[in-house]
This record gives sequence, structure tokens and C-alpha cells, in this order.
Amino acid sequence: MRKLSAVAVATVSALALFTGAALAEKLTIGLASEPTSMDPHFHNLGPNNAMSVHIFDRLIAQDEKQRLSPGLAVSWKPIDDLTWEFKLREGVKFHDGSDFTADDVICTMERAPEVPNSPSGYGTYLKGKSFKKIDDYTVHAITEAPYPLMANDISTIPVISDSAGCGAATEDFNAGTASVGTGPYKFSDYKPGESITLVRNDDYWGDAPAWSEVEFRPIKSGPSRVAALLAGDVDMIAGVPTTDISTLEAKDDIQLSQGVSNRVIYLHMDQFRENSPFVKGNDGSEIKNPLMDQRVRLAISKAINRDAIVERVMEGVAIPAGQLLPEGFFGVSDKLSPEAYDPEAAKALLAEAGYGDGFQLTIHGPNDRYINDAKIAEAIGQMLTRVGIKTAVETMPRSVYFGRASRGSPDGLPEFSFILVGWGAGSGEASSPLKSLIHTFDKDKGFGSSNRGRHSNAEIDALIEEALRTVDDEKRQDLLAKSTEMAIENVAIIPTHFQVNTWAAKKGLKYTPRTDEYTLAMGVVKE
Amino acid sequence: MTVFVIRRLMQAIFVVFLMSVIVFFGVNVVGDPVYMLVSPDADQADIEAAIRRLGLDRPIWEQYFLFLKGALQGNLGDSFVFGEPALKLILHHMPATLELAFSALFLSIVLGIPLGLFSGLYPDNPVSKGIMAGSILGFSLPTFWVGLMLILLFAVELGWLPSTGRGDTASIFGIETSLATWDGIRHIFLPALNLSLLKISLAIRLTRAGVREAMGQDYVKYARAKGLSTSRIIFVHVMKNIMIPVVTVMGLEFGSLIGFSVVTETIFAWPGMGKLLIDAILQLDRPVVVAYLMIMVLFFVLINLVVDILYSVLDPRVRLQDQGA
Repeated sequence: MRKLSAVAVATVSALALFTGAALAEKLTIGLASEPTSMDPHFHNLGPNNAMSVHIFDRLIAQDEKQRLSPGLAVSWKPIDDLTWEFKLREGVKFHDGSDFTADDVICTMERAPEVPNSPSGYGTYLKGKSFKKIDDYTVHAITEAPYPLMANDISTIPVISDSAGCGAATEDFNAGTASVGTGPYKFSDYKPGESITLVRNDDYWGDAPAWSEVEFRPIKSGPSRVAALLAGDVDMIAGVPTTDISTLEAKDDIQLSQGVSNRVIYLHMDQFRENSPFVKGNDGSEIKNPLMDQRVRLAISKAINRDAIVERVMEGVAIPAGQLLPEGFFGVSDKLSPEAYDPEAAKALLAEAGYGDGFQLTIHGPNDRYINDAKIAEAIGQMLTRVGIKTAVETMPRSVYFGRASRGSPDGLPEFSFILVGWGAGSGEASSPLKSLIHTFDKDKGFGSSNRGRHSNAEIDALIEEALRTVDDEKRQDLLAKSTEMAIENVAIIPTHFQVNTWAAKKGLKYTPRTDEYTLAMGVVKE
Repeated sequence: MTVFVIRRLMQAIFVVFLMSVIVFFGVNVVGDPVYMLVSPDADQADIEAAIRRLGLDRPIWEQYFLFLKGALQGNLGDSFVFGEPALKLILHHMPATLELAFSALFLSIVLGIPLGLFSGLYPDNPVSKGIMAGSILGFSLPTFWVGLMLILLFAVELGWLPSTGRGDTASIFGIETSLATWDGIRHIFLPALNLSLLKISLAIRLTRAGVREAMGQDYVKYARAKGLSTSRIIFVHVMKNIMIPVVTVMGLEFGSLIGFSVVTETIFAWPGMGKLLIDAILQLDRPVVVAYLMIMVLFFVLINLVVDILYSVLDPRVRLQDQGA
């Protein structure tokens, strides 16, 4: 049965090569996580954003490596320190046949941060920006201070239609009446928890969409997702569990696509409390927090065998990390490499810092957030114990973990001493982790919001802030790389590895992996 | 009868109120939904705004009274994740769960009772021994494992049935259901079987025990002596007597079919309430969890009431007035 359908697919795709992409063909994708709404401005969440890319274009598009390219704007540039000019694409039609103009952009930017009941909106990207229509195809964005990340921010905002979408409520988007965009696929049907169906937009301004119909089916359970692919109920699945990768590789009628993600897994260490709650002396007594000593932090980094984590815990599907983003991203340093595994040096450093006999530590981590997160925490616990830091491991569901890790102590401070976390750079460049993880926690400026170790270094702060003011790309790249190097040198955090994501499809289909972990029908091609 | 029903309803209201306190406070002390909802890019001001918008900055007792006030007006709060009324979300997912639960109940009755009857009448027959051994498996194998095995066998290896999802629906009496289309029935068969396995075993064992006990009773001997046909003895006299415990247990178990179809719905990606609940728990969508649990409390109270009334129909000796509490 399966063989037969594989032959059928091969025949059809061979035919498609001859007749072009005009054949009516349906693609079914099994998703690991489901969007919570069809309203593109409702919830700033990976699965929602991935879905909205099909229906709604952005002014600036992000390709599979999150590099920016023209979308509904053909060009953008700063015309003075405080103004960015966007030239819009002419002749673009919305799915309902109306023309795309500057009015749609203006209303989009006004609606995006203001959706009622939104759990987490797009205000973050639009803060401090106001928009002005110059003519039908020119829009100005005005900021209060020089702002280099304008293009990155704007590339996250889905553009909706002034006439159909701007006055509409979230329910209207879910029902489809307001889900009118300019994207490659049109809204067709949305059954929450069950399926989302899109159809081809034959008038798309960009590359013609390959599939006449695309159906997304959320299948949360990993084994069920794999089974659905094997049974031929879906053509492709996202989020292949690492334990199933070798099984699937061995099958002739299945094809895997793997790609590095923008997500780094790292360790945060308490660097702001003299008495850290989960650090104890060997006899269980209170001691001065050793994690404040840079030598101790470096010793921990040297004690971690990153290759072993990648090979044994991640089944080879990860990349050892030495900084905040994998190579190829904007703002990464080419001078940094993963800290080498050296338990002897780690012991020597500990002795030098006055902890030759070690101490007791607890590592906290989530057990349902990152690929194999609990197993990684256990592995790290063992590695640290081997160099003399007796490490206990405690993992918990993310619903409990993140709140406690951020503000779980009685006075609203981070509760834990030593934690495993991950960070995905949504903007696709290094300022995102630098701003949120490395910069000193500063509520008023909005910096360091996820700096749960509270590392603080005025010099690095100044560099990051300067980078965020520098519009010149080359200079900014250097500043970001420099800040990263200093952060790693000070062991502000300890990166362990970058996640690699895996998609599986039936033979004849190939997926172009994306660093932002999105699963897009546009990336599925017939071979 | 009326007095009984009224008294039971009063009890029910008290139970529901008590449960609302336990459920609300129980759910609200676990975890921190804010960090589940806000995008990681959000800064401190965004996070605080989210806390205020969700009403989480208020003291918990105040949150409870707001909930209670809304609940009395039929509003169980808005979902944090979907921004829609929790009750609406649950009612939207209810038909899928109900049809799954009814299908499972149907399977457990049409398979469980005849098999139990057979093994009760012919306890030494090897087939009966096979049935009993099978029912032990039905009790002891974990649901998620059986579910995956069913998918592997019938969907992946044999390719007879679809692995996940709900399939086409059509409407019967205005209710959208999978049971109205052939594609829908193909989709529902595996999850319903998975969900019903434990109940089938239960029905087999209850029926068998009842039959074996009844067959030795005087009234059966008397009926035999009177010259009644075996089929009349079994299907009229014996069955009527052994059905009381079967109805009681299956009634209560029906509640658990609805309430605990969570595992099956997750494995088969069945878009019902159970899957909604699991997602809500994982994402700390508290209003949905609270609303779901409250609805379940109502369900169980109602089912118990129906079971009590069915009793009196099956056995006139049971008088509802006398039951007291």
C-alpha cells in the first residue's frame, strides 16, 4: 500500500516536472505545535507566526536563515537619524482583489500592538515608532532615537488589509472573513485542534506557490506524528523526536531534512547574591556564593563535555556552542569556539579559587521545553560532580519552571542558583540574546529581561547599547561580536549547544530547514 | 421521586460550590502562566502589562470572587491562550469527545456483555478462558501503549485505518458528528476501541460474575422446572437481575470515559475536550482548566442521578424516597 503510494507520488512529481507546477496537488503536514489563532496579531508565538507567513506577507521577509529580503517593501533605508523610508511594492493584490497600498501598512502598524485579549502582542517590536503615509507607495517610520534594528522589527509584523482586517476582531480572523492577506496561500478552513486548510493564491506577486492545497494537522504526541507519516496520513512532519531519527533514516520511503536552529542551550549562574539558595558547602552549610568568582564559572565551562552531550544525549543532532548564535548569523564572533573539555584544568581552577574540595550545587531545568532538556541537565550534573562540584539535578514542567526561574524567590528575584535554559534569537541576529541575557537587568530601559543570573558588566552594557544605536551595519556587526567575546570571556553564561531541528517527509519531498524552526509549505519542494 | 430529585440537586449544588473552591485555588497556586504566554522578546514592562491584563496582580481571593461572580452569570472566564470564553471553547470541543465516549461505551456494551455472558454460561470452555485472559490484558496494559500499538498495526503496517485525526463530519439532527460519514467512522474506530478496552474487560467480568451467581439461584432452578426455554431464562430472568451492577458501573465509567479520554485523544490527535485540557494544563491556561473541571463535576453529579433513577426502573424494590442521602 505504502509502496504503491510512493510510486504514485514519484509518478506525479515526474509529471509535475514536465507540466510545471499547475497540477492540482495537496500537501498535508503534521505539526508538533498548533497556532492559537488565525489572527496574525493575536499572539506573538512561533507556531502562530509560521502559520501567518502563508497568508500575510511582511514588508520585509526573512529567508530560511533569517536574512532579510524585500517583501511588500521593495526597499528601505534610513533617510536621516530618526526616519526610515519604506518604498512599497506596486501592483500587489489582496486575496479579495483589493490593491495593497500605504493605508494597509499604516492600519497594520496601528492594530498590531492593540489587539484585545492578546496574551502577548507585537508591541515589543513597534515601541517608540510612529508611521506616516507619504504617498500610496511610500511610508515613513519615525523613531525617538537612532534605531538600527528597524528592518528586523518590521520583518516580524504581518500586513493585513485595511478594508477587511483592520476593524476586525480575532474571531473574524478565525472565521476567515478577516484573514485576507497578500501571501502565497489563502485562508480556506480553520478547525481548532483539528486542521487548518489553505489554498493557492494564483495571483501571488512572488514565486508561484507549489501546492494547490495545504492542510496542517496538529499532532502533539511525537510517536503519533511519526506513525501518521509512516501510515501515509500526512506527507511531512515537523519536530521528529531524536529517538526516532535513526529508525526513520533506515526507511527507504522516508526522507529527513535537518538544519541548525537559532536556539542556543545555555547555563545561567547566580552572580548577584552573596548567599545563593542552592549553593552549599560540602557539609551542607551556607557558603559565600562561589559562582560570583569568574574562575569557578570557567571551571564549570571546562568541566562540561559538549561533544558527549551532542553525541550521547542528542544522538548527534546538535552542534557544540561557544557563543550565543551559530556561525553565519549577523553579529557572531569568528574568534570564539566551544570551550574545550578539560576536567584537570577545571579542578585546578577550582583549587585556585579556594574550592579545591568542591561544593554542593543544584541544577534546575525544564523537562518539556527543549529537545532532551532533562537528560542534558542530568548529564551536566554528572560532569560537574566528576570535577568535585557535587551537583543535584531537579527538573520540572516549564509551566512551573520559568516563573520560578524568573521571579520565584520571596522578594521576586530569580529563585534558582544554576539553571539550564535556551534562547532563540527571533530577530536572527546577536543583539537579541545580548540585550536580553547579557545586559544588566534594567527594568526602566527594558534590558536584561531574561538575565536570570543577573550578570552585570558596565563595559559590556555600554558596548551593547552602542551597537543598538549604530545604524551602520558593519560597525554594528563588530560591536555585537565584541560584546559577545567579552560576555564569553567573563563567563556571563555558559553556552552548551545549538539545537538542530529535524523534519521528515515521504520520499520525493524535501524541506528546506529554517533557523527559526518554522514549518512552511513554501519550503516543501518536490524532487 | 420529586423530593428525592430536589434533595439530590441541593447536594449537587453544594458539591459544585465546594469543588469550585478546591479547583480554583488548586489550579491557581501552580506555576506562572505569564512566562508561558509572553514572547521571550518581551521586556519587563511588557511582562508587567501582561500580568495586569490577566488580572494576576490581584490577590487570589479577589480573583476567586470575580470568578464566582462570572460563573453565576454563566461566564467561566476567558482563556488566557485563545482570548475566547473558556466555556465556549469547551462546548466547541465537546461533540468530538462525546461521540468518542459514546462509541466507546457502545463497543464495550456490544462486545463486553455478550462475551461475559458466554464465559459465564460456559466457564470451562477454552474460549471462555481465552476471553478471561484477554480481559486481564485489557485491565493491565497502559492505554497509551495500546493506542500506539493499534496505530502501528492497523495504520502503519496494515494500512487499513487512518492513524490520527477526526476525518469528515456531517450533521445528524443538527449535531456535527463523525458517525455520520464513512470516513468519520473509519477515523473514530481505533480511538474508540482504545478508549473502550478497559471498559470491555470490566463489562465482561461484571456480566460473567453476575451470570455465574444467578445461574445457581432458586429462581432460575424454578424457571427451569417450570419448563421455560433456556433462552428465555437467560435473556429475561437472568439478564434483568444481573444488569443492575453492570448499569451502575458502566454509568460511572461513562463519566470517566468523557473525563479521562485525555490519553486517547492525545495519541490519536482527536480534537476533543481531553486534548484541550491537556494543552490547557501544559500552557497553564487556568480559566480553561477550571472551567473544564467544573463541567466535569456537573457531569458526574448528573450521571449519578441518572444511574439512581435507572436503578428504580430495573428493580422496583429500590425506592428512591427511602434512599436519604
